[in-house]
Amino acid sequence: MTTPRRPRIARNIADLPPSGIREFFDLVSTLENVISLGVGEPDFATPWHICDEVYDSLRRGRTQYTSNLGMIDLRREISRVLATRYGAEYDPENQIIVTVGVSEGLDVALRAVLNPGDEVIVPDPSFVAYGPSVKLAGGVAVPAPMTEADAFKLRPDVVRSRITDRTRALLIGFPNNPTGSVMTREELAEIARIAEEFDLLVLSDEIYDRLTYEGEHTCFATLPGMAERTILLNGFSKSYAMTGWRIGYACAPRDIIAAMVAIHSYTMMSAPTPAQIAATQALRHGEPDVERMRSQYDQRRRFLVQGLRDIGLGCFEPLGAFYVFPNITSTGLDSQTFARRLVQEEGVAVVPGPVFGASGEGYVRATYATSMDNLKEALTRLARFLGKRGTPY
Amino acid sequence: MHSILEILASEGRCTAEEIALRLGIDANAVEARIREYERNHVILGYHAVVNWHKADDQRLFAFIEVKASPERGLGFDRLAEHIAGFPEVHSVHLVSGTHDLNVVIQGRDFREVALFVAEKLAPLEQVQSTATSFVLKSYKVEGQLINTEGEDHRLAVTP
Repeated sequence: MTTPRRPRIARNIADLPPSGIREFFDLVSTLENVISLGVGEPDFATPWHICDEVYDSLRRGRTQYTSNLGMIDLRREISRVLATRYGAEYDPENQIIVTVGVSEGLDVALRAVLNPGDEVIVPDPSFVAYGPSVKLAGGVAVPAPMTEADAFKLRPDVVRSRITDRTRALLIGFPNNPTGSVMTREELAEIARIAEEFDLLVLSDEIYDRLTYEGEHTCFATLPGMAERTILLNGFSKSYAMTGWRIGYACAPRDIIAAMVAIHSYTMMSAPTPAQIAATQALRHGEPDVERMRSQYDQRRRFLVQGLRDIGLGCFEPLGAFYVFPNITSTGLDSQTFARRLVQEEGVAVVPGPVFGASGEGYVRATYATSMDNLKEALTRLARFLGKRGTPY
Repeated sequence: MHSILEILASEGRCTAEEIALRLGIDANAVEARIREYERNHVILGYHAVVNWHKADDQRLFAFIEVKASPERGLGFDRLAEHIAGFPEVHSVHLVSGTHDLNVVIQGRDFREVALFVAEKLAPLEQVQSTATSFVLKSYKVEGQLINTEGEDHRLAVTP
């Protein structure tokens, strides 16, 4: 028996940046009586009729694999909903694949289209997994900064400035996590024109599509010429409060779905059957639940944004998802220090902005997917915290 | 504007100011609307939803199914209003199905409820019969689950 002399962990994995979320979670876990605004999931439980449908399916023994693509009933529902809601046409037979959340969909999509060294332009700030997923698929993530001055929208000139002859795709996600920003149809159309001009694919993560509070969500694939070059990623976690079920889907041109199925069939086989049954029920009968939760989020959103402004934190008005992204530069603290001290001194957990990309410095992410009572208490504590720091307001 | 009612129906303590903030409308307008609801008896009252069992209070609820004869021109209205007048009566509904009125009684114990039915309710002229079901255990009251343990299972920080 000898000790291995070579590094055991693959270089590209060892090189993955540590998750800022993980580090912060470890810190928060050591504290008590914390009000967490650091959560990235709904505070509602999955609507009961969805769970009930799954109980029934288990009693009837529906515990087998499904088609690699996912249950045809579910794919038909996805197709129907996208067509009626957005006018996006996808053939349930060969243009839709059911995945284990958007996370798997994103991973499989990137692996299906990237060659080693291909560059993918990713908005900054954005969801923590985008960069690492690109890297794991052999690509290079190229951040495209978004600023508060631009309402955290992706600017066409910034995208253009990031394009090289290695650029293969854009990976966008609006409504945006962590800022809550949305982009209008016209603004997205400008991004679409760039995709056309430079022959880029667009991976569009629309997991927060139903959580849009003013104006209509634009499904990127419905922009002129975009159905042919878009991989639409979506899921059930946020709209239907189904995070733990791990269920999502991807829609794309046939050749891309075929490539994705090839990967998915070897690595995942099929998404969990109970979760697929839950998702089918959600699409068939979950609309009132979405409306109920959306209305609650919308009320809390207004309340929290105003509350933050009242205690002296500038806050960009989020129009989607369930996050606010206040500007904390007036405190003189950097995001890490602000978040660490806030949780240590007042027991309020928020997520430092830079976890979502370098452009997040000077901001923190707070969720309003929590009860009004928690929001009120968090604001009281936050006001005390700012008072201690002598923030002018 | 029904959203004001929606909020108050589940959060009776919500102030007009907070409602205004949450709905993005003027606080004075909300205040005025609530006063109007109260004046017109759209809002009948405000109260806490209490788990009496947990408060160590032995009070008891019972559902009484009442079969009765309707009166010409009045139906069950006069009888229902008469029954509703007793302070022991928590609620009265005219219902479809095998009986006519559904009466919820609140009493200190079994005996008090049984005596109320025997002495006040059953002797009423229009009442043909009553069937009493005592509540033994509640699971959900006025939209609130009784068992509220472990409400938030989420990790404290997630992406």
